[in-house]
Amino acid sequence: MLTKRIIACLDVHAGRVVKGVQFVDLVDAGDPATQAARHAREGADEIVLLDITATHEGRQTLLATVQRTAKELFVPFCVGGGIKTARDAEQVFEAGADKVSINSAALARPDLIGEIGASFGAQAVVVAIDARRDPAAADPVGEAQVFVHGGRKPAGRRVVEWAREAEARGAGEILLTSMDADGTRAGFDCELTAAVSDAVGIPVIASGGAGTVAHFAEVFARGKAHAALAASIFHFGVSTSRSLKEELARAGVAVRLPC
Amino acid sequence: MRVTVIDYKAGNLTSVLKTLRHLGAEPIVTDGDLSLVESAERIVLPGVGHFAATERLDAAKLTGAIRAAIARGVPFLGICVGMQWLFAGSDEAPQQPGLAAFPESCSRFPEGKEKVPHVGWNSISSRQNSKLLAGVASGEFVYFTHSYRAPVTADTAAVTQYIEPFAAAVERDNVMGVQFHPEKSGATGLKILRNFLELAGKGTEC
Repeated sequence: MLTKRIIACLDVHAGRVVKGVQFVDLVDAGDPATQAARHAREGADEIVLLDITATHEGRQTLLATVQRTAKELFVPFCVGGGIKTARDAEQVFEAGADKVSINSAALARPDLIGEIGASFGAQAVVVAIDARRDPAAADPVGEAQVFVHGGRKPAGRRVVEWAREAEARGAGEILLTSMDADGTRAGFDCELTAAVSDAVGIPVIASGGAGTVAHFAEVFARGKAHAALAASIFHFGVSTSRSLKEELARAGVAVRLPC
Repeated sequence: MRVTVIDYKAGNLTSVLKTLRHLGAEPIVTDGDLSLVESAERIVLPGVGHFAATERLDAAKLTGAIRAAIARGVPFLGICVGMQWLFAGSDEAPQQPGLAAFPESCSRFPEGKEKVPHVGWNSISSRQNSKLLAGVASGEFVYFTHSYRAPVTADTAAVTQYIEPFAAAVERDNVMGVQFHPEKSGATGLKILRNFLELAGKGTEC
């Protein structure tokens, strides 16, 4: 049976893992390669490394970090942040990533999705969407808006429409982050996740808001997510993927165990 | 342990090469040097992406060289599209023939019931006498990412259930293939690749 994936997410700034609430107040949380290896050992089904530096000077640091992290990692490894061209993606793949996550660059130039897919396959292209509900709208979920620049600037696109377009252009997966929920530990935005999952044929990875095991069970059931991203829940020794999955299994969720 | 890895420009070889090296193998990559196929001790054909990319194997005359190597008894492992290429063809690129080591064809998962592609960790039920899957218990998980799949036949070495049962692995004598990505399948994947590497290669002592 296909299992629900628990994806450990490492936000990386200048070569170090960091965690902040709603992308501000960053706290150092260790070395990326060490943290990725630990997560894989502790049962994570996949590792995502998101470089939030994303400056020109940071590219070489990132590629070195990716190479070092990929070296002893034998689970799927996705890298995002600052990938603007097919050449940027190629360098990240050559450094050892299996997938790239693209966000604002895909919005700025949607052809990028197909360009990366043409060389590396659709399965290697994850389109990340930072979303906020539109509280003023008649349908706050259906009219949820895409944001860019770390969630600060509206992109002028509706989330569900952009997800559909990304799929049509050849994305292999959607990584949906609720900017409303991110860092709050109050639970995923299940309604928004389900709306996107219903709109596309490709898997949706839910992100933002994980605080308890029940939140994961909810986003897999009610949110129709195929995978869920977790960052803060794992940092500072709160929990491991294995213990999270053991609890999910007891709640009836199909997960990869033993792992 | 030398292993010839065929590069037909379909996706990214880095993960496969890294994993083979981790297991102590010495991968030799070729995109058209037939002598490296003729002298191969083992052959791995990776592949992510589109079945149409296998056209390059024909264009580079690798298909014939691989067929001859298999006939000599060289252990061969196709991964993902590399496994599908062992069949007669795939609906993904109907004009492009496969090697036809197995006479059936690959087809797309039916739409509607579940997401297509099939992405994630799923369990395999393996055949008792498989050399490739020796020591892999039924129910162990491996990582898949694909939209097309091969049917279950007498040559199926492992079955996985997604929408309906399909061939997760094939094996007949020295010809083997896995639909999943062993290089991305944790300890189970490493065990499968190690099994393959430890098969007696052509021209090696055993």
